[in-house]
Amino acid sequence: MPAHLSARLYSLALTLFLIAFALPALAGPFEDAVAKFANDDFSDTEEAIGVIAGSGNKLAFPIISALQDGRLMADPDSKKVYVTGADGKSIDAASGEAVASVPDSASAVRLNNRLRRSVDAAIGSLTLQSPDLGTRLQAAQSVFKSHEETALEAVDAALAKETNRSVKAALGEARAAILLFKPDASEVEKLEAVATLKARGDQDALALLTGMGDQPALVTKAAASAIASIQNSLAVWSMVQNAWYGLSLGSVLLLAAIGLAITFGVMGVINMAHGEMVMIGAYTTFVVQEVIRSSYPGLFDYSLLIAVPLAFLVAGAIGVLIERSIIRFLYGRPLETLLATWGLSLVLQQAVRTMFGPTNREVGNPSWMSGAFELGQITITYNRLWILLFTLAVFAILLAMLRYTALGLEMRAVTQNRRMAASMGIATSRVDALTFGLGSGIAGIAGVALSQIDNVSPNLGQSYIIDSFMVVVFGGVGNLWGTLVGAFTLGIANKFLEPVAGAVLGKIAILVLIILFIQKRPRGLFALKGRAVEA
Amino acid sequence: MTPHMLTRSLDRGATIFLAIVAACGILIPLSNLLLPAGSFLQVPTYLVALWGKYVCYAILALSIDLIWGYCGILSLGHGAFFALGGYAMGMYLMRQIGTRGVYGNPILPDFMVFLNWQELPWYWYGFDMFWFAALMVLVVPGLLAFCFGWLAFRSRVTGVYLSIITQAMTYALLLAFFRNDFGFGGNNGLTDFKDILGFNVQAEGTRAALFALSCLALIIGFLICRAIVSSKLGKVLIAVRDAESRTRFLGYRVESYKLFVFTVSACMAGVAGALYVPQVGIINPSEFAPGNSIEAVIWVAVGGRGTLVGAALGAVVVNYAKTFFTSGVLAPYWLFMLGALFILVTLLLPRGIVGTFNAWRDSAREKRTAAAAASAAAEDGMVQPKMAE
Repeated sequence: MPAHLSARLYSLALTLFLIAFALPALAGPFEDAVAKFANDDFSDTEEAIGVIAGSGNKLAFPIISALQDGRLMADPDSKKVYVTGADGKSIDAASGEAVASVPDSASAVRLNNRLRRSVDAAIGSLTLQSPDLGTRLQAAQSVFKSHEETALEAVDAALAKETNRSVKAALGEARAAILLFKPDASEVEKLEAVATLKARGDQDALALLTGMGDQPALVTKAAASAIASIQNSLAVWSMVQNAWYGLSLGSVLLLAAIGLAITFGVMGVINMAHGEMVMIGAYTTFVVQEVIRSSYPGLFDYSLLIAVPLAFLVAGAIGVLIERSIIRFLYGRPLETLLATWGLSLVLQQAVRTMFGPTNREVGNPSWMSGAFELGQITITYNRLWILLFTLAVFAILLAMLRYTALGLEMRAVTQNRRMAASMGIATSRVDALTFGLGSGIAGIAGVALSQIDNVSPNLGQSYIIDSFMVVVFGGVGNLWGTLVGAFTLGIANKFLEPVAGAVLGKIAILVLIILFIQKRPRGLFALKGRAVEA
Repeated sequence: MTPHMLTRSLDRGATIFLAIVAACGILIPLSNLLLPAGSFLQVPTYLVALWGKYVCYAILALSIDLIWGYCGILSLGHGAFFALGGYAMGMYLMRQIGTRGVYGNPILPDFMVFLNWQELPWYWYGFDMFWFAALMVLVVPGLLAFCFGWLAFRSRVTGVYLSIITQAMTYALLLAFFRNDFGFGGNNGLTDFKDILGFNVQAEGTRAALFALSCLALIIGFLICRAIVSSKLGKVLIAVRDAESRTRFLGYRVESYKLFVFTVSACMAGVAGALYVPQVGIINPSEFAPGNSIEAVIWVAVGGRGTLVGAALGAVVVNYAKTFFTSGVLAPYWLFMLGALFILVTLLLPRGIVGTFNAWRDSAREKRTAAAAASAAAEDGMVQPKMAE
């Protein structure tokens, strides 16, 4: 019997020992706190939140976030609490063991607004020490926004352990935000907080400073000067932001207009189907991506690199075809050229509509073109940045081509004096065809870039044609630098007018300004001088 | 316009054209109203409205031909003048709705009530009176054309530059009229009209009368254009078209001539728009679309620029084709056809239908007279017949 008893005691001790190791805090404060959720009492719930958030248990975060989402179920009869996942699986909140099903008597733990705030704060402090850098940063920022006094300890604890500089800065700002709103914080602490927020200098910091309520006189004074300095710097940043938007719009305009500057500027041909060349480039991108998606999914990030030369070739070939079959019969009759190419644009649009359907087609962004980064107070998206760089590269290549290659030399010769060039043995009709092909090909490349930021539909080209003509006419015909300056001037002017006058009125104002500008300088900003003008 | 000027300006083609328009203007309304419905010769009401639309387009085409065919100004923004005239008429028609609108506001049109406006904007004043609206139909497009032309022609903006900035003008107006706070009904435009001068716009009698009026306007417009182009002023215009610099060096103030004819043309386009709106029952900003203006230019090109008759003919032919093709199984191909029309007419038929016909008739007549002269000479037995050139 004693042996028997001792054996039983042994096994009991062993079991207890094992349980103690496997679940180190069985029936400890954590489990007690979890059980409190089942009481359906707001003050018990609040207490539980506080204990769980500070417990360091790895279940703490799942429990609190389940509580936040209404996925924490409590059974008032058995005092058991369950976390139901979004995938339908449930675990026991106290032990973390999976359970087959939650009893029917269980219901979601209720929250009120006060509790919701402490849940948010708990989540903030729980994630402040997460091993993932991004989560930590986000948590610090959410504490900054909520600036709950209860999070102060967690922030201080996190701050002590933190090694990453940007997270540290974010935590410091969060701490400052809390201190600023903490009634019993010392004046020195508050002054430091104001200084920290001033250094942060963005819209959120401004909102905190303006909404901080009654403070000691010194703090109020410091805050007022901080507000003024933040407002100044914000105004500067908004100028920078507008300028960046303007550059971005300008690069799009330049891209669309640069091919036109060649056909209209160099050859004097009004090509109303220019926008359709852009559209063809965009659809080439679509086709390339479709082929890649279906056959070589791994190449998707290179799809644009493949599409650029292809679009140049496709649009360029169509351009040469157009020049040979239509335009060359209409030289010297610019108004007729305008009508014929308008007709051509209708045909091309309808052809694309018939082949690809009238709706927008999906063109994806490769990974290196999606996303954004912050520069000071402004956000710069990668696709806009790449398009700006790409546009400048195309411009530089084109300029170099006109300057240094034989074809460029011939093109300039034909522009300046067609008959003289012909007398010198330049095959002017061949140069015409190639020039038109070049202009169309560049429009095709523009289409590849524009497919990244605009809807790829049969009407894509139409929305750019008037703007492109405005750029070329404004910048001056026959001068690529004029096109560059024209595009960026119009882009930036447009974006600076937009906040003042609204998008549509801004655009109307730009059109009216161009119409008036043409009165003053009928040949544009950078007009060709000499006899070429009257030709 | 003296009777002498009238007779001088009318050749045989013009007389035939006027006779046909007058006959249509009288016979179609009469047949629609007097003959019993379903009768073989009765013109159904929907056709009266449709053809009324064509006649308005013909007036628009005439106004474009006046400046493009005779003065070399290719306006790609004439749709703007057309639409402005239409809006002036539409505003009158809106004010006539009175309390019969959805909201029953005696003064404010429905869309203003909807936008929660408290009072009528100042530029809507006076449009409850027909005479004022009719005046504005002429004044608004005319004034815009005058200001625009004064700026453009004075600084010698010509050729394609002018075309492009006229296109920009209509585009700017398109954007402006799409705005709700601009006070012209935003993208819905003005519609749901009830009365014109006390007559129901939907009634058959009113439609027939509007059709007859459109024909009358076409005749008057045609006579004005003929009078202009066959006068001394018209000769200067043609000189400007063919050699602008030379005309200027000869001492003519080219810009004044251009400005005059551009303004007259815009007023005509405004009248066309004003007649168009009650017949189709709506005016919205899409009338300002640059594509519409270019399409109107192609009507003139198809019919034959610089012939006036051709412009009207082209407008009717192209629009008839458009109605015919867009209503059938061929609808997806209409844009192909329209596009091809642009290309083929400019490449193969630069003088248009009437111009080509005239050239053919003239050369036939020349041959005939040459042959007659030759045979007369041969009969006389004096000289050998001259070789044809």
